[in-house]
Amino acid sequence: MMTVPLSVQLLLAVILFLIGLLGVLIRRNVIFMLMSVEIMLNAAALVFIIGGSRWHQVDGQAMVIFILAMAAAEVAVGLALILQVFHLHKTVDVDRLRELKDE
Amino acid sequence: MNIIFYISAIIAIYSTLRAVLHKHAVHALLYLIVSLLSVAVIFFILGAPFLAALEVIIYAGAIMVLFVFVVMMLNRGETAIKQEKEWLQWRAWAWPAVFVGLLLIEWLYILFGQPATGGASAGQPILPGQVGEALFTRYLLGVEMAAMMLMAGVVGAYHIGKQKQRTYHRYLENEADARRAAVSESAKQEAV
Repeated sequence: MMTVPLSVQLLLAVILFLIGLLGVLIRRNVIFMLMSVEIMLNAAALVFIIGGSRWHQVDGQAMVIFILAMAAAEVAVGLALILQVFHLHKTVDVDRLRELKDE
Repeated sequence: MNIIFYISAIIAIYSTLRAVLHKHAVHALLYLIVSLLSVAVIFFILGAPFLAALEVIIYAGAIMVLFVFVVMMLNRGETAIKQEKEWLQWRAWAWPAVFVGLLLIEWLYILFGQPATGGASAGQPILPGQVGEALFTRYLLGVEMAAMMLMAGVVGAYHIGKQKQRTYHRYLENEADARRAAVSESAKQEAV
C-alpha cells in the first residue's frame, strides 16, 4: 500500500495548481489561458481525490465527477467564444480585446 | 507504490510546466495530455480507479480533442510561434513567477511547518459501484443539475459558435435586403 505522506500528496496538487495560475498570468494567447484554467481545475480534482482516499469516503470522487462535468461545459463554451473572437478580431491576444475598456 | 507515485508526480509537474511554457500550441497540448495521463495514474494509486478511467476518457480524450480541433480551425501556423516568442519575454513572466513562488513558499510552510494531524489512513480502493451508489442516492440532485448544466453548455456553445452572415457595409446590407425582397416578391408572383 502507498505510504506517501499526506503533505507530499497535497504538495503535488499545490504545485500543479500554481503552474496553472502562472500560465494564466503570463500567457497572452487565450487558448493557453483556457488550458491553464483546465490545469487548475485538474489540481482541484486531485485534492478531492486525495481527501477521499485519506478518509476513505466516496464523496471526494462524486465531487470530482461534478468538476469533470463543469470542465467539459466550460471548455465547450470557452472554445466557442475563442472561435467567435478570432473571427471578429483576427487575433487571440487578450491585450487587444478591449471593447469594454472605458476610454 | 511510493516509487510509482513519485515518478508520475515528477512527470506530471515537468509536462505541465512544458505545456504552460511551450510556444507551439499543438506540442503544448500533447504535453498537457501526458500530464493528465500521469495524474490519472496518481488517481489510480490513490484508490480511485473509476475516476482514473474518467480522467483518461473525458479530460485526455474529449476535452483535449476539442482543443486540438480549435487549434486546427484557427490554423495560425508559423506566425503564431513567432508571436508567442515575442510575447514570452522574461519581462512578461518574471513578476508573476515571483508571486507564484511566494505562494508556493506559503503552501510549503502550511503543509510542512505544522505537525501532522491524525485521521484514518488510506486503505482499500473505492470501487466504481460505491461511487455510483453515492451519486444516484445522496448526490442525485447534483447529478440532475450537472446534466442541465451540460445541456446548457451544449446549447450555449452552439449558439455562440454559430457563424452569422455578415455584411461589411450598410449599403451592401440594404442591397442584400432588397435582393432578398425581390426574390420573395417574384416567388409570390409566380405562385399567383
